[in-house]
Amino acid sequence: MADKAELVAFEQAVLPHLGAAFNLARWLTGNDHDAEDVVQESYLRALRFFSGFRGGNSRPWLLAIVRNTCYTWLRRNRMDDSTAELDEDMPAMDSASSNPEAVLLSAARRDLVQRALEDLPAALREIVILREMEGMSYKEIAEVTAVPIGTVMSRLARARARLQQLLAGANSAEVRA
Amino acid sequence: MSCKEVQELLHGYADGELDLVGSLEMERHFRECAACASGYERLRGLRAAMSSSLPYFQPPPGLERRLRSRLRTAAPAKRSIHWQRAAIAAALVLTVAGAWRVALMSQRSDSSDILAAEAVSSHVRSLMAAHLTDVPSSDRHTVKPWFNGKLDFSPPVGDFPSQGFTLAGGRLDYLDGRPVAALVYQSRQHVINLFVWPAPERPDSEIRATSRQGYHVLHWTKAQMNHWAVSDLNARELSDFADLVRKAE
Repeated sequence: MADKAELVAFEQAVLPHLGAAFNLARWLTGNDHDAEDVVQESYLRALRFFSGFRGGNSRPWLLAIVRNTCYTWLRRNRMDDSTAELDEDMPAMDSASSNPEAVLLSAARRDLVQRALEDLPAALREIVILREMEGMSYKEIAEVTAVPIGTVMSRLARARARLQQLLAGANSAEVRA
Repeated sequence: MSCKEVQELLHGYADGELDLVGSLEMERHFRECAACASGYERLRGLRAAMSSSLPYFQPPPGLERRLRSRLRTAAPAKRSIHWQRAAIAAALVLTVAGAWRVALMSQRSDSSDILAAEAVSSHVRSLMAAHLTDVPSSDRHTVKPWFNGKLDFSPPVGDFPSQGFTLAGGRLDYLDGRPVAALVYQSRQHVINLFVWPAPERPDSEIRATSRQGYHVLHWTKAQMNHWAVSDLNARELSDFADLVRKAE
């Protein structure tokens, strides 16, 4: 049966990326339950679009669908200002002011890093996740997020500068406390 | 490279997105500028903190099973549309392939024009971020062996520092429908890409010059190798470079 063969091809192409899909959805929605709903919906959408997939690397293709599904879902279920459009002209903050010793690896520090990332606007957070956790190239990230490669680079720079600032701020607060 | 440029390219460098020439210039700048070097160290520190701190959320147990069963119930409904689409797509592919062949035949006489355009595009691409598998080295005894096993020929690799053309490295590129060696030279602030690949049974030729999008392109055949040199260097100096390469072989 042709459908069976197609379903098998689909599963072979996208199921290996279930971990990446869930991780991205989890970081964008903020909890396991919503992330699972979004992942299920994404896979059903991906199956509908599979005939338009021209082969090649299925991971950015799938993650683009997961990402779009996340944003649709967030807009429908929350008034979340973290998905608001970014002002691209806002310069990246100068990272030179941050503390070079920002690498403490205690449990508290790990929480801090995680919270700092959660506090970033979604448009910056997603790029950090795709780059640092999925190891994607700028080109692949551009494919997932539907922005030019130059924008990927400038958003990454801004995201990292913000993280350095947040962590440095938390550091000096710790010292004072 | 100025501190400002280094700041702009810092993330591209850290993420391995710069080309050979850009990476070399960044490294040179870090050796000379402590402020930029420590900026880079801070960035590395942040990335290390992220890789050791950020949780990678695992899908809950049973999600894959639940997904598979939902996909199975969703799949059968769309068969007919699917085959129609496939048929239309196949017809389109055939039409396009036909048109493409006609286009190719009518352009065959301009093959060196096409090659010049390809060579210039490769040159421009090599100067942008997001490119390259390469060997950044100014030592031709490093660059030449690097191509072994990557190409079915061994490109001649020269270096002419005393004449102002310094070897900066090599990379694989793709021209004229085949993998070729791209040798990268620097002359002051200018980059020269020299593309080399075999030209079996072809006699040595004179240098032919053309220009495109503001780049000068020289090509010649020597010792049964095609050579295409592309640069924004002025025509006279690029032709001096071509003469040096030809004499060296």
